[in-house]
Amino acid sequence: MVDLAIFLALLCLGFFVGRINERRHFASIQRREEDLRDIRVFATRDAPPCRSGALVSGNVVVSVDYFKRFVAFLVGLFGGQIGAYETLVERGRREAVLRMKHEAQGQGASTIVNVKLMTSRVFYSDRRVGSIEVLAYGTAIQGTDINP
Amino acid sequence: MILTNIEQVPGKRIVRHLGLVNGNTVRAKHVGRDIMAGLKNLVGGELTGYTELLTESRDLATQRMVSEAEAMGANAVLNVRFSTSTISQGAAELMAYGTAVVIEDDL
Repeated sequence: MVDLAIFLALLCLGFFVGRINERRHFASIQRREEDLRDIRVFATRDAPPCRSGALVSGNVVVSVDYFKRFVAFLVGLFGGQIGAYETLVERGRREAVLRMKHEAQGQGASTIVNVKLMTSRVFYSDRRVGSIEVLAYGTAIQGTDINP
Repeated sequence: MILTNIEQVPGKRIVRHLGLVNGNTVRAKHVGRDIMAGLKNLVGGELTGYTELLTESRDLATQRMVSEAEAMGANAVLNVRFSTSTISQGAAELMAYGTAVVIEDDL
């Protein structure tokens, strides 16, 4: 009985606090994406004529809440699309790209080429999946205006 | 030391190729951080302790790669890649590798 009460309390906590957290995070991502809009990001590897380049990267470890983890577990029993994890990877990826852009901005670069994204699982002692690390890296190039 | 993940350094010329260099580190998680992460795990969101841990470890791997390149007499590492692999539940290996080269100003 006590176990069930704890379980339900954790579900509620995850549902409400997790939902608010996620909404806040997305709002903050959107705001910062707007601010860093002038930094161009390319997945292609050829750099336009420029003065110099340097490696930039951004990473983040994000976790889903207790409620979503439970939902994912239920969906996992029958198979299908797990929306709870889709927003998790989206959050992680956008955040990592933002941090990379931020580093590029700090170096005075306006373009990043050959951007790579890498996702890996982060483990806990209790072995439940639900947290991932996303790394974004690329080469920030400076002085693209020298040879228009 | 200049690092890039493309095949060249913009504005420079490659004069010598010295071969592959790499650096790695295996990190286990910190108990204190794990407890905090366990709490954060309930409500979701960024696990700052883990983000820092992985950033530090990746920096160390990069540093090791750079010192290997320096020992070879290189002044740049091109085509840098990162990889992460989970060795056991609590340990992850982070690796950085690239091609060490000698570059000079393109005149």
